[in-house]
Amino acid sequence: MSAVLQLDTVTRIHGAGATEVMALREVSFSAYAGELVAVMGPSGSGKSTLLTLAGGLDGPTSGAVRVEGTDLAALGQKGRAAMRRTSIGYVFQDFNLIPALTAVENVALPRELDGAGSRTARKVALAALEEVGIGELAGRFPDEMSGGQQQRVAIARAIVGERRLILADEPTGALDSETGEDILRLIRARCDAGAAGVLVTHEARHAAWADRVVFLRDGVIVDESGRDRPDALLEQAR
Amino acid sequence: MTARTLSVGLDARVALAYPVWRAVYIPGIHGHGGVDHGVDDGEESPVSVRNALLALLEQGPRYGYQLRAEFEDRTGGTWPLNVGQVYTTLSRLERDGLVEGQGADADGHVVYVVTASGREEVAAWFGSPVPRTRPPREELAIKLALAVSVPGVEVGAVIQQQRSATMAALQDYTRLKRRAAGDDPHELAWGLVLDSLVFNAEAEIRWLDHCEARLRRAAHDRGASSVDRAGQAGQVEQVDPQEATR
Repeated sequence: MSAVLQLDTVTRIHGAGATEVMALREVSFSAYAGELVAVMGPSGSGKSTLLTLAGGLDGPTSGAVRVEGTDLAALGQKGRAAMRRTSIGYVFQDFNLIPALTAVENVALPRELDGAGSRTARKVALAALEEVGIGELAGRFPDEMSGGQQQRVAIARAIVGERRLILADEPTGALDSETGEDILRLIRARCDAGAAGVLVTHEARHAAWADRVVFLRDGVIVDESGRDRPDALLEQAR
Repeated sequence: MTARTLSVGLDARVALAYPVWRAVYIPGIHGHGGVDHGVDDGEESPVSVRNALLALLEQGPRYGYQLRAEFEDRTGGTWPLNVGQVYTTLSRLERDGLVEGQGADADGHVVYVVTASGREEVAAWFGSPVPRTRPPREELAIKLALAVSVPGVEVGAVIQQQRSATMAALQDYTRLKRRAAGDDPHELAWGLVLDSLVFNAEAEIRWLDHCEARLRRAAHDRGASSVDRAGQAGQVEQVDPQEATR
């Protein structure tokens, strides 16, 4: 089984000279289909950098980031944007919905940008909203919804079109504990259905929804807890 | 037993059935926050068990095995009771006039009913907070206190090893929670006990994060003051730039 996301000896240096900061230092990291991996670490540990690299929003100083086997650097700007619309779903702490669009329009947008007809886009968007339990709110604007509902819309947008990599950056940060848990259940369900998920969080209770928890310190993975993937165990046995 | 084998082992048991805690002891989780360990003490039953049995009896007459089964059902088997302890507790409750034995039923079980003062006792229990007593002797806090004060111990490693083990336990609890998501009263009771374990584990990890941050701050300050003493600007560059930006 190949990794949906693979970071291969990735280093990311911000700035230069005296102000140079090494945000990630030769990090190798993979997320496989069907698995949710949490990345934990204090501010400045490099966890957000890891996620922006994984999403192709930023490029590594050295090393390679591959999504479903494709090196993002080799794709170019346009190719990466297309990849983000079709393969990568990104969930942000502050939802990042477009205020002038309704829930269903927000979710349909990536499909429409990708060339789907508006009727088709709307249909898959509605299905995604149903999947996250808010089909009846399709016609609402973001400011007519609670934080938890807005985050559900954002998750629908991240999963629409069968995207196989879900990246979530503190997705529960702005929500109360029970609403946050609902959001984690949704991300978890998507991974159980075959997507690979990477969840960046500083909350242990939320990281605990993951199969594996990776600890980052000063741009280096220092430890990992949780179950080994079955094929990782096989590799060790070989 | 390492965190990982515990993790795998527990999961296997979960797959079979719960209650699953019977054979599981997770250091630093059980025994927190006033959870009593009196299960095997024999001598005096913990107040929680005594009051829990009384509260169950308030629902109607029951015998010892029934009480044990209901207690474990509602708490997901998190704190297993042995039936001997249940009968010891019942005879003390009877001595104190809080329950009455009704003689044996057709199958020879001695059935107990709650008395009026027993009902008052239950009402008083639900009507008052659980006292926060002297902090329980906490192995992890003691270990860290010694780790920072005994030379040659790598405190960061001690912290990370614990964080990883507690995280593995937290993942196990969360996996159980995902299975126990129902809203009927019994699922809810067990779900709340699980939440208690989850929040305790989370608190421990937050505390470990806090310890680590304080230690790093202290190490950084020590580094900075030795540079000040040396009075050489060149040495400043030895301070990790990551530390400096934090």
